Amino acid sequence: MSIGTSTDMSTAGAAQPPRADQVTPSRVLRSEWIKLWTLRSTFWTLLAAIVVTVGLGMLFSWGFAGHAADPKDPVPDAAMRAVTVPLQPYVIAQLAIGVLGVMIITGEYSTGMIRATLAAVPTRLPVLCAKAAVFAVVVLVLMEAMAFVAFFGGEAIIATHHLDASLSSPQALRIVVGVGLYLTVVGLLGTALGAIIRNTAGAIAALFGILLILPLLGEVLNLTSWGKHVTPYLPSNAGGDLLTNMPDPGSLGPWTGFALFCLYTAGAMAVASYLLRRRDV
Amino acid sequence: MIEAKGLTKRYGDKTAVDDLTFTVEPGVVTGFLGPNGAGKSTTMRLILGLDRPTAGSVTVNGRPYAALRAPLREVGALLEAKAVHTGRTATNHLRALAATTGIPRSRVDEVIDLVGLQDVARRRAGAFSLGMGQRLGIASALLGNPPTLILDEPVNGLDPEGILWIRTLLKNLAAEGRTILVSSHLMSEMALTAEHLIVIGRGRLMADTSVREFIERASTGTVKVRSPQAAELREALGGRPGVGVAEAVEGALEVIGLTSDEIGQTAADHSITLFELSPQHTSLEEAFMALTSDAVEYRAGRVAEEAPV
Repeated sequence: MSIGTSTDMSTAGAAQPPRADQVTPSRVLRSEWIKLWTLRSTFWTLLAAIVVTVGLGMLFSWGFAGHAADPKDPVPDAAMRAVTVPLQPYVIAQLAIGVLGVMIITGEYSTGMIRATLAAVPTRLPVLCAKAAVFAVVVLVLMEAMAFVAFFGGEAIIATHHLDASLSSPQALRIVVGVGLYLTVVGLLGTALGAIIRNTAGAIAALFGILLILPLLGEVLNLTSWGKHVTPYLPSNAGGDLLTNMPDPGSLGPWTGFALFCLYTAGAMAVASYLLRRRDV
Repeated sequence: MIEAKGLTKRYGDKTAVDDLTFTVEPGVVTGFLGPNGAGKSTTMRLILGLDRPTAGSVTVNGRPYAALRAPLREVGALLEAKAVHTGRTATNHLRALAATTGIPRSRVDEVIDLVGLQDVARRRAGAFSLGMGQRLGIASALLGNPPTLILDEPVNGLDPEGILWIRTLLKNLAAEGRTILVSSHLMSEMALTAEHLIVIGRGRLMADTSVREFIERASTGTVKVRSPQAAELREALGGRPGVGVAEAVEGALEVIGLTSDEIGQTAADHSITLFELSPQHTSLEEAFMALTSDAVEYRAGRVAEEAPV
């Protein structure tokens, strides 16, 4: 490097003295924490996720218990299903969590807030990291807790019909813990897609296209010889492996599948980060 | 101090900002003037690092904006559209921004009082009128008490009282030695607020001058004369080098190249009665339009001009 360019670098501010009031990761986290909890949509979507997870979990358990106890028409694999039925509403709860994950970033683009945000933190990347971190911690803690509530509540109902399942049942603990993990990653995938697409409707469509429509196409593909090479690797199939004790033949296994789901999300986050740094707002 | 050097921004094949070089000095209000679509907002986004220049550079206090350690404490900005989440209250919006650089809660309340939003501070910003939105934007610009302010059309949507308020506020802030860049498409507003002018049209620099110079340059030196003896006066004035006389309407002359004193004296020497003798100052608005007329992006009648003959 010539002397000329090195002086240019120093005037460009590469080596500024630190100052007490500078932007720091913890300050950006604090800012994003305030942002998350000062919008009504946060409360409504989280409340919806709670009601669905716990309320529908109990309802499913009650329906299942009545049906499973009928000696004339026994449910196959009832003991296995007794573990997953109370948690099954995660499929619906992911809609609320996914929408919230999208909106924490697209809400800023649709209102113009993003310009104020990025003017306050012009290095940009800390904003996306802080948003994702704050959101992930909130969803993980809350939905993990709700998964346990739904499981214990559901099992209490099922137990009245002489079917037993508890955390010590095979794979039960993994599945209960898995609900919070899966929902958190769904939300983060939403955030990444929101940051890439920068439009609420578009990002929600993309997210649920990936989570809900792709597996249906996978079913179709399963009718061909291609199916077994593609279907297990689809994001929601891979992620869903964590939440089942009756895996489809050819599935990747709980932790391998979930790791692949995380990898997809990390890939989307990497694209989102790259674009956030590059694009005009 | 804001310094732009060869600042250029192209979107596809459309050039929004074309090789702009200017300096915004501290201590005065600098008006950033141009017709709609001239590139004012783009330039401001470039200064704030929101858009990336195609070529050239712009620095604030000698540094690119992205290199500022505590941006809100160094540059306050009011952006064109409301850069506010409509679902958040004014207080919470400011709290979230303040948190990025550790600005205390007390300062949030302070700026809310300063812009007069205390009664609506707990209402969601989506319910704000345009004027209230502007005040909230100004509050966020002032949050970090920054030495540099960049305001895009701050008087937009303000009532006359609000306009007067912001005019005084900006002058006071400039008097404290701050650097203040204010954009507007209204010359008349800038004439009252700014001391220095940067005029752009179609992304190009048209003028970088003090308001006084701009006004002086704008006046064409025409003198209007009305007289019942217009023909005689015309003869008396004519025949001198560099002097032009034209009869606008019956009994009224427009004289170029002579002062009103000289014309009055000539009329008296020839015993010619005058009804009116008035130097014509082009209004600022007219001067501005003359300067930028070639550079207006959206103009009525343009379709007709471009229609095939």
